[in-house]
Amino acid sequence: MGSIFGLLGANGAGKSTTIRMLCGLLASSSGTAEVGGIDINRNPEAVKRSIGYMSQCFSLYDDLTVEENITFFGGVYGLSNHELAERKRETVRQAGLEGREKAVTRELSGGWKQRLALGCAMLHRPGIIFLDEPTGGTDPISRRLFWDIINELAEGGTTVLVTTHYLDEAEYCNELVLMHAGRIVAQGSPGKLKREVITGAVFEVDCADPVAAMEVLRGCPVVQETAIFATRLHVSLEREEEIGIALAALENAGLPVSSHARIVPSLEDVFIRLIDTQAESLG
Amino acid sequence: MMRTIRFIIRKEFQQLRRDRRLLPLILLSPVLQITLLGYAANMDVKDIPLAVCDQDKSVESRQLVSSFLQSGSYVAGANLPDARSAERGIEEGISSLALIIPPGYGRSLAGEKTAPLQLLADGSESQAAAIGLTYATLIVSRAQAARSAARLSGLDPGVLRRIRAVQVDPTVRVLYNPSLASRNFMVPGVLAMILMIITMVLTSQAIVKEKEVGTLEQLIVTPITPRQLIIGKLAPFVLISLVIITVVLVASLLLFGLAVRGSLLVLYALSLLFMLSTLGIGLFISTIARSQQQAMMIAMFFFMMPMIILSGFVFPIESMPPLIQAVTYIFPLRYYFVIIRGLFLKGVSLPELWRESAALAGIGLVVIAGSVLRFRKRLE
Repeated sequence: MGSIFGLLGANGAGKSTTIRMLCGLLASSSGTAEVGGIDINRNPEAVKRSIGYMSQCFSLYDDLTVEENITFFGGVYGLSNHELAERKRETVRQAGLEGREKAVTRELSGGWKQRLALGCAMLHRPGIIFLDEPTGGTDPISRRLFWDIINELAEGGTTVLVTTHYLDEAEYCNELVLMHAGRIVAQGSPGKLKREVITGAVFEVDCADPVAAMEVLRGCPVVQETAIFATRLHVSLEREEEIGIALAALENAGLPVSSHARIVPSLEDVFIRLIDTQAESLG
Repeated sequence: MMRTIRFIIRKEFQQLRRDRRLLPLILLSPVLQITLLGYAANMDVKDIPLAVCDQDKSVESRQLVSSFLQSGSYVAGANLPDARSAERGIEEGISSLALIIPPGYGRSLAGEKTAPLQLLADGSESQAAAIGLTYATLIVSRAQAARSAARLSGLDPGVLRRIRAVQVDPTVRVLYNPSLASRNFMVPGVLAMILMIITMVLTSQAIVKEKEVGTLEQLIVTPITPRQLIIGKLAPFVLISLVIITVVLVASLLLFGLAVRGSLLVLYALSLLFMLSTLGIGLFISTIARSQQQAMMIAMFFFMMPMIILSGFVFPIESMPPLIQAVTYIFPLRYYFVIIRGLFLKGVSLPELWRESAALAGIGLVVIAGSVLRFRKRLE
């Protein structure tokens, strides 16, 4: 109740498929699942009434106005006229579309469309809402605004399940599920994942030639993992003291390090570590 | 249930209204079509120049020529000295029909022997030639009948009437469309085609569009049932079709003075019956096609063209090979043509159309039930 679940994974990891199965858009080939305590295979219609869904692509009618879209979706969810009028006002306010009620949806910019789509998916006040990459292709400000709404919904008691590529967005989630090749690789809160997956220390290393440096560090036995983040390297070690060995290795290779510092591992470190271990275990 | 359907229908009309080009197109195209086909596609036999080569030059031959000219279908063309020049006239495209009366025609008639006559027609315009020849044959047989009647005038009137009944050979078409005006034949046909296009193409497009844009997926996660969705998507086009029938009826009355002779109620009711199959096909297409273009192509080539060609609009069914004739029985358009022409031209009533109505209902129910099943299965 009221928490935000994040479903993370690379393209093709099975995020959308999972969401689509949970919403009753796809039949599952095996296994069972419950949404809000309702079995999705036994009673998909009851599931539909208790959830909201917003797909990857904008899926409102772009040749209808803002108001007409809200009326239509409210109508098919069986809202009374009174409820409809009230929710319409609320949705328009939440999406920041005051004064644009009569605008044809096609003419709205991406961020507005997404907020309107979210509003339309929430018209019947479902207990659970599924958002499939809701912020794809929009600017940071729109993403920020969108997440404000998601937080608002969660505070109001709605459970949110969101898939995303953006690892900064994943930090907002209470609970994360990491998927790879159709399987769940890890799950837990962002903090827990960072603690459990990255047991050692992560250092950020600044050096002139990060690509060459990465090669050198891969040959260094104390280094568990290296990855390039922009012009810097993240180096994972078993123990903090081992950083000296790594730095010495770089020095010997003629790659001087201008600065280094221990950092709190980001979700990206976690993600890369998990995918790598997964790839290794698969051979 | 009903409220949800109302919301869907309202949404469909809002979308249609927003498309500024489509709605006028839907309503204007029937008028444009019947105007075009009514005025331009003229297959009437009228003022065809008739070249005459009268080698007999008898009273009887002159009578025959004048009966041709009096029919109104022909005007006097070249007067030719011999059969060779008649042939040449046709070869060079100067005349399209030539009547050759060989010497001794009058004498043979007087002697009650078979009188040979030759009619040359330009077969490269096969339709005009065929119609021209049919007419010519009719005129010749009428002239014969008149002559026989005159000769038999001394006989008992009862016998005479019987003979006349045997010899005069009117066709059904001439009975109900005495001027044989093409437009009387065309206007009901165009109405049938437009109804088919609107219900089949627009329906499939409207559904496939939702698939293309992704809104169909959004609809599936709402509590809308497949039945509500189908009714909500199809009903607007039924309403539009009823408006189109009205537009065509008014336009044909105003433009050509062509009024429906049969019952209007029956016309509307049987049109709805016809739409059962076309809407069903539209729905079926929407389950196959992934894009609007595909839907259009499937509708055009797999359904509309065969139906138009094989339902008696372009070619008479009677002249098709038996196998093809058998195939035509599955086309709802075939029955609807009979119904709509009967209602327009002959003023027939429902009991005379029961066979066609039953066929339409049967085909319609099968098609729509099959499509609905397939559509539901696809949604799940």
